[in-house]
Amino acid sequence: MDTSFLQTLWVTLKLAVATTAILIVIGLPVAYWLTYSRFRIKPLIEALVSMPMVLPPSVIGYYMLVIYSPRNWFGGWLAETFDVRLAFTFEGVLIASVIFSLPFMVQPLHNGLRLLPDSFREASITLGKSKTVTFFRVLIPNIKTSIITAVALTFAHTIGEFGVVLMVGGNMPGITRVASIAIYDEVQALNFAAANRYALILFIMSFILLATIYSVNKKQEAWKVI
Amino acid sequence: MEGNIIRIDVEKLMLTVNGKVNLAFNTQFNTGDLVALFGPSGAGKTTLLRILAGLVNPDRGVIKMGNTIWFDSDKKINIAPQSRNISLMFQDYALFPNMTVEGNIEYAQPEKDNTAVEELLSVFGLSEFRKRKPNALSGGQRQRVALARAIARKPQLLLLDEPLSALDIDMRVQLQNEILKAHQLSGATTIMVSHDLNEVFRLATQVICIEYGSVNRKGKPEEVFSDNNISGKVQITGQIVRISKQDTVNIVTVITGNNKIIKVIAFDNDIENLNIGDTVLVFSKAFNPIITRLKPG
Repeated sequence: MDTSFLQTLWVTLKLAVATTAILIVIGLPVAYWLTYSRFRIKPLIEALVSMPMVLPPSVIGYYMLVIYSPRNWFGGWLAETFDVRLAFTFEGVLIASVIFSLPFMVQPLHNGLRLLPDSFREASITLGKSKTVTFFRVLIPNIKTSIITAVALTFAHTIGEFGVVLMVGGNMPGITRVASIAIYDEVQALNFAAANRYALILFIMSFILLATIYSVNKKQEAWKVI
Repeated sequence: MEGNIIRIDVEKLMLTVNGKVNLAFNTQFNTGDLVALFGPSGAGKTTLLRILAGLVNPDRGVIKMGNTIWFDSDKKINIAPQSRNISLMFQDYALFPNMTVEGNIEYAQPEKDNTAVEELLSVFGLSEFRKRKPNALSGGQRQRVALARAIARKPQLLLLDEPLSALDIDMRVQLQNEILKAHQLSGATTIMVSHDLNEVFRLATQVICIEYGSVNRKGKPEEVFSDNNISGKVQITGQIVRISKQDTVNIVTVITGNNKIIKVIAFDNDIENLNIGDTVLVFSKAFNPIITRLKPG
């Protein structure tokens, strides 16, 4: 195994783990809010959260580059205050990846909460427990399968990302070069043996993750959970 | 005296299967009573329980628990469900599937108290199931866990939403005792939604009949459900399932609360106001009833 191969796998793994970890922290409160809020513009927020599922990755990648650019408000503020530039860095790719995978985390969690009988939450509240205690002790433990599904799906989806990473991160070995991009690169260079190795690894990982999702959800039909 | 009175005067526009109904409920009762809310589906019984629990806000009105105001639309007071010191037992029991029987009871306690948990487990005959999850229990066992959990909270007001509706008839009779036990043990005022006359007669000290969102009768069960001029020796309540004509008389078939069929002969003018589905009282004055025990214990 050569170093660049391992390096690429390491970047891929790092991105997937970090994205999933950040998203579980963001995803749970977002899913809670979507399930229980009666805010009027909720459908608009729901649509916004789900946008990455239908938008071409290049569109998200393009907007991220625009936002990151020091010539614009956010990028300029980052550059001036912290001397940070996000375009073509791992952190930049990570932020884009979090936004791009958001629906894959939120949707299963939202579904899990929606399918819980409302009486669970109401029973806990009438027994004198706060919303936070109810959330951690009653709601979360009863949507375990949804959490596993959300984590596996987000992880798998991040590993399979191509367009966003390419647009935002370029293809910098050891920094932003992930396996899916490396495959494209190796094929362009007619280096089929290397492409094959990457492809096989992605294939096996995705299979294991999806098999996990389907087996934890075997009681319910998995498509309903996803 | 005000300290012992629960006063409810609320209005709420509800959307029901029968369309919009204005729930206008004004009554009061003494603390320590076991009150049954009786009436057809869609009458507003469950909504009223939810209003008392603080899960639904009335459009206007006042709820006063002794000297404490729980809700007052004019003064903009609305105490959160968490601070109302109530327990609401849901129709589906709402036991938490991730916790054991013991865990469910412990969760409801305001402060951890192992002795109280032990006591509740043994009073409700749950000691041997303590480590089981709710999914591994029968309907009757779940009902007992739900009651034990409701009491573990030490509520001032115990709200039971059709506590026995999910059970079969034999089980119901047995578990009526558990409800009485829960009521006495907690020392709370209990309000129970029911459309089972049997249950109301057996348990309630007060009954409030609700129809189309308002109270139409209230009082002691025997006062509410029978005309005062009836001095029958045997009184059985049931529902009319069939009215058939035979020669010059009619045969009215009534099914009683414990699924027994009674046929009553009635003349044309007797059945003028009777329809299939009506809840009726069958009484007899002429015979001396004889009583005998059916089952030991």
